[in-house]
Amino acid sequence: MFEGLSLTTIVLFLPMVGFTILLFLNQETQKEQIKWTAFGTTMVTFFASLILWAGFDPNNPALQMVHRFTWLNVQVGNVAINSDYYVGVDGLSLLLVLLTTFIMPIATLASFSSGVLAERGREKLYYAFLLLLEWAMIGVFVVQDLIVFYVFWEVTLVPMYFLVGIWGGEQRVYAAVKFFLYTMAGSILMLIAILYVGNVAGTFVLPDVVARVTAPDFSWTATTAASASDITGALLFFGFFIAFAIKVPVFPFHSWLPDAHVQAPTAGSVILAGVLLKMGTYGLVRFNLQMFPAESIQFAPLIGVLAVIGIIYGAWVSYAQTDVKKLVAYSSVSHLGFVVLGIFSLNAQGIQGATLQMVNHGISTGGLFLLVGMLYERYHTKDMAAYGGIWSKAPWFGAVALVVALSSMGLPGLNGFVGEFTILLGSVGSKYLGFFFTLFATLGVIMAAVYILYMFQRVFMGDYKAPGGHDGHGHGHGHDAHSDDNPLKLHWNEVVVLIPILILIFWIGLQPGGFFDTMDAATNQLVAHVEAANETTVAGALEQNGLTVGTGTTTTEVASNPGN
Amino acid sequence: MHTETYPQLIPLVILIPALGAFINIFWGSKLTERVSGLIGITAAVLTFIISVLIFSHLNGHHGTGSVINPVIFQTWLRIDSIGLDIPWQFRVDPLTAVMLLVVTGVGSLIHIYSMGYMHGDKKFSRFFAYLNLFMMFMLLLVTSNNFLMLFVGWEGVGVMSYLLIGFNWDKGGALGWKNSNAARKAMIVNRVGDFGVLMAIFMIFWTFGTLTFYQPGETANVCYAREVNNLGACAEESHSEGEAAAAEGETAAAEGDHSEGETVAEAEGDHSEGEAAAAEGETVAEAEGDHSEGETAEGEGDHSEGETAAAEGDHSEGETAEGEGGHGGEPVVLADVDNSKFASYTDLGVFGQTAHYMSLEEGSPERLVQFGTLALDFKTVLFIIVLFLLLGVAGKSAQIPLFVWLPDAMAGPTPVSALMHAATMVTAGVFLLIRSNVFLDYVPEARLVIAIIGSVTALMAGFIALGQWDIKRVLAFSTVSQLGFMVAAVGLGAYVAALFHLATHAVFKALLFLGSGSVIHGVEHGHHHVHAHGNGPGHGHGNGPDDHHDAHDEHVDEAFDPQDMRNMGGLASRMPITYWTYLFGTFALAGLPFFAGFWSKDEILADAFHEALEGHLLLDNLAGYIVLGLLLVAAGFTAFYMWRQVQMVFHGDPRTEAAASAPESSAWMTIPLLVLAFFSFTVGFVNVPKYTPIFSGFMGIQDYEFKHFLESAIPSVTLKESLAFNTPLALLAVVIAFSAIALSHSIYGGNKAVQGRRDPLHVNRSTRQMWSLANARLYWDEIYFRLIENPYNRLSKFLYEVVDWRFLHDYFHDSVLKAGYDSMGKLLAKPFDLGIIDGTVNGVGALVRLLSGRVRVVQTGYVRVYAVILLLGVVAVLLIMLLPLLQVQAGS
Repeated sequence: MFEGLSLTTIVLFLPMVGFTILLFLNQETQKEQIKWTAFGTTMVTFFASLILWAGFDPNNPALQMVHRFTWLNVQVGNVAINSDYYVGVDGLSLLLVLLTTFIMPIATLASFSSGVLAERGREKLYYAFLLLLEWAMIGVFVVQDLIVFYVFWEVTLVPMYFLVGIWGGEQRVYAAVKFFLYTMAGSILMLIAILYVGNVAGTFVLPDVVARVTAPDFSWTATTAASASDITGALLFFGFFIAFAIKVPVFPFHSWLPDAHVQAPTAGSVILAGVLLKMGTYGLVRFNLQMFPAESIQFAPLIGVLAVIGIIYGAWVSYAQTDVKKLVAYSSVSHLGFVVLGIFSLNAQGIQGATLQMVNHGISTGGLFLLVGMLYERYHTKDMAAYGGIWSKAPWFGAVALVVALSSMGLPGLNGFVGEFTILLGSVGSKYLGFFFTLFATLGVIMAAVYILYMFQRVFMGDYKAPGGHDGHGHGHGHDAHSDDNPLKLHWNEVVVLIPILILIFWIGLQPGGFFDTMDAATNQLVAHVEAANETTVAGALEQNGLTVGTGTTTTEVASNPGN
Repeated sequence: MHTETYPQLIPLVILIPALGAFINIFWGSKLTERVSGLIGITAAVLTFIISVLIFSHLNGHHGTGSVINPVIFQTWLRIDSIGLDIPWQFRVDPLTAVMLLVVTGVGSLIHIYSMGYMHGDKKFSRFFAYLNLFMMFMLLLVTSNNFLMLFVGWEGVGVMSYLLIGFNWDKGGALGWKNSNAARKAMIVNRVGDFGVLMAIFMIFWTFGTLTFYQPGETANVCYAREVNNLGACAEESHSEGEAAAAEGETAAAEGDHSEGETVAEAEGDHSEGEAAAAEGETVAEAEGDHSEGETAEGEGDHSEGETAAAEGDHSEGETAEGEGGHGGEPVVLADVDNSKFASYTDLGVFGQTAHYMSLEEGSPERLVQFGTLALDFKTVLFIIVLFLLLGVAGKSAQIPLFVWLPDAMAGPTPVSALMHAATMVTAGVFLLIRSNVFLDYVPEARLVIAIIGSVTALMAGFIALGQWDIKRVLAFSTVSQLGFMVAAVGLGAYVAALFHLATHAVFKALLFLGSGSVIHGVEHGHHHVHAHGNGPGHGHGNGPDDHHDAHDEHVDEAFDPQDMRNMGGLASRMPITYWTYLFGTFALAGLPFFAGFWSKDEILADAFHEALEGHLLLDNLAGYIVLGLLLVAAGFTAFYMWRQVQMVFHGDPRTEAAASAPESSAWMTIPLLVLAFFSFTVGFVNVPKYTPIFSGFMGIQDYEFKHFLESAIPSVTLKESLAFNTPLALLAVVIAFSAIALSHSIYGGNKAVQGRRDPLHVNRSTRQMWSLANARLYWDEIYFRLIENPYNRLSKFLYEVVDWRFLHDYFHDSVLKAGYDSMGKLLAKPFDLGIIDGTVNGVGALVRLLSGRVRVVQTGYVRVYAVILLLGVVAVLLIMLLPLLQVQAGS
């Protein structure tokens, strides 16, 4: 079990070490130790993941830092269940692991001054859930086995469910249940698909499944050769797709999102937007594209349409909001539409842009939720009508909010633009989407300005409205010793969490090279893998029509595209 | 002179303003006003000095462009494996140099002016930080060597414009809200334009595989431009000019020169003398053969490497000889086709490649461009690209239909209006078009569209300006109108004329805006003065010397509008410097003889006239006629509304006490006015047409100096005949301007300017309707509200409230998903709902309790039951679904 232990496993289980320590601390007498243990754990995990990054060879497209041993190898009747504990990172998953370990300390530290946590207590449970969540999320990104993946995938639900359900807003129960129901609905389909795939492929280990799938004459039905009328592959594809689409969320599967976001405590929203949604988009890349390349190609236009609708619809609905948190929540629908569009462009630009945009969205939208959370701590409302002129009383807070808002809006020079641009660039040149998808998707750039600037104007400009009836202090969370006239003055931890967000906004905006380099090799391999399926399909179609294969027409066209 | 290193300074023009802004952002609140302002001014002036150095380098060398990589931060968006490489990379060429001078020159003066204008403002240091940041983005825009970096500047100036228009959002009440609304409107409308630019960039990338304008060492391709303008092949032109083309005997020397790429001048100069003319025929053949070089095997097979290089040498020498005539023996080397060192055309920048593609036969498969699922002919692609760019230009340079933000942008402090909304930012669109001149050359259809948009905008905005009361609004519409002139000029292919007008307009419109700022400042102070002394001592005028400067910060009396020209009059005697400099600006704008606007506007008209009569395509003729006709009328409007303004503001008797006691502004403000007034008169002389009566050769003035300077940046310019001064047309324009002023004077002269707060044209029945239409700005804003804003808002509400909330969120969840779960759960749980399962349920319940502590808040009973039912349902569904699968496996 510990043979061949790799850094990936260490990063994965570090949060559980902290979790275990927490269990031995006393909720009543050791509050300080509890939160510092949690924060310390997330920081250690973060640094460990940086070491992971440092040791990662970006030129190698294969999984690295692999740790693998047999976990389940049973024979039930004629059915063999082969499932391994198999973790490792490639460029794509590494970036998402980094995102997770980056967001978690921020979410943890931001909770230090949380009013709702001070009010409802149970800090031990709260921080334990955060660590459990981190463990599960990292697990989702590093495991290479379908069964183990599913376990981690489901485990993420539990802490999130309780974070929303216990420390959430007024309608927290409704929101928590809805979150649970929607995700479960998708998960069931995925589980069925996983079991089916595992049975047909004879293994649940993803790389093995992929190898099996790409073998010639492979068919999902296992009995007959591939034929056009066989929809098993499509069904399996959608089994995974719907589960991921709900998580992303892709329009029209998004209606759990506003509830969950609005009701979740700040840290919950940050994690939800920052990492949890990325599990969906990551899943699309990792599972749908890898296991079902032909189906991915086949359904790319359909999903592209959903993505574009999501972009426009999310932005449009966002504009109608009066609740600032809901506005940010709907903006996620729009932003993740871009990500899905990039993924199903099925070319290197699209997928790399999408992956970077996953990170970007985590930073920008995570940042927005942090800011909104800070406002909520002071105003105790999310209604924008109660806000106003905050910039005039809190110039630095306003300036930071402006930068984060502009980053979310995709201003060139900041992080959001780099991802969005690369995605849209990919979609124009995509053989499966193309110009008109881009044309409509790019409208989202205008619409983002409409809702973001309206939000910024209502909250930060105009006449100053003081937090009504509250002085912004005295929630009994131990940090109001330095009494100050300005209720908008930030706590030290609130300042600290914003700094790394700002740094990354500028860093990725100005020098995204390192991030692209990290995923370059892995993406290329993936694109080549999908492309190979395309050629087989084309060849198959040609054969069926009695034509000879190998005229090379498709390949020449590919080559003549300058970006390829 | 060792000026070769000067272009290397170019990254500093970005870094210095950035540093200035950085200091003011982080320490501004601790600095005194003077220190803070001086930091901003120093940053601006330093960039100006660098710009002058770069200009002197290029001017001395009659420079070809060069590409500069910054020392650090070289890469930006790079994905190695797919050839996506968009670096931070600068291009220094004459076009950039002109823009640099305009931006930093006018920018520096406006920084100085702001020192006086913003005096006493509580956000003084932030204002200077924003101005510096704006300079940074604007300079990034004009120095970029690729479309995406240009776009960074493009959006960056948009954001700074947003921040500066809305600078006074904290004014309080409706006024503050109005300011922030104007800012938002500007940003959103600009984003509509940015959408166009983005789409153009995507298409450019997939067409060319790069976004770079010119690769290092690549030279702008004159010969192709010549061809497309139907001006014959390169060598013929130089022949017909009657200048001997000096042949380069020494192939090696020529090659050596060209490999240096950017700074070839000195070496070339040596050879230009004493070399015998080569056989013309050979030159022609080789120069032409050169186009196809690198594209087809035969093309290269024809000439040996050496021959090709020699031919190129010939050609540049030929142009040199021509240039020498006009420039007193100074060695001049023109950029020319010397891209032989590039192995393939795909290594060239976008413009070089454009020439290649267009040289291919129409309909040939290589000319087909693939966009994902779409395949289009190269020319069609170019057409679409240019139209997308035009959308961006309409946004940034305030053309129909996106100009609506610019008048509202006047909500910003006046220096901002002068700097961004008159001199620099709004010209970015025109700059983009000029930069893309190679694209435009090939698509006369798109140029016709551009010409129409530009000239109609010029006319329409000129008309609206007739009916405005707000002193800045008149200038805003005037700016829109003048930008229309520039865009129209670009549409004609008269890039130099457009850039020339851009430069002169930057000077005199900045002057007018700053003048209007001085007026507003004066009237506000006058008002404050009257208020303080006339209406009671309560208002602190005696609290210190600085105090009265706060006047424009606090609207003491909301009803009094210091920008309303009805509240002015007779300011000439109160504010003499402002008055005289304003007159200079007015004359320059109206195009009175020998002022800057005269030369530049005339050149546009002359080009239009020329195109109309002698255009090579029907489209050119058409564009020429349209532009000429509309612009002549627009020019009349210009003179008319400017004189109306002068009458209302400066002449007659003061109409308010505020105007009667308005003081002249401080030296911080008047000195920039004087400098700008000086240049409003002189700057036009840089591009005097040839054979201009009196001025040709007078006092060392050279013909078309400006044009010659730009030749290497705008390939087709070299080829256009340098038009002679068109005396009848110039006379016509001058007559129009003078009669418009005379007419205006007869209507608004003396004290007739305002009649009971009404315009004489409004009082007069026959003109009332027309004037009202102008006053209502042709109802553009109302139309926009009805057609776009309102439907957008309503649909937004509908989508949210009905589609998303009531249907997807509530109905779908309650009636489909939740109900489905409930019934499925009941259905599946029932058979098991005995004994065995009950225990499990309790067990799970206990586990949940254990995990969650005592989660009483949640435990409504509902959740737990739900979760359990869910779990059971899942298990059951799985069993059912898997059963057949297992059987299949077992059977096989």
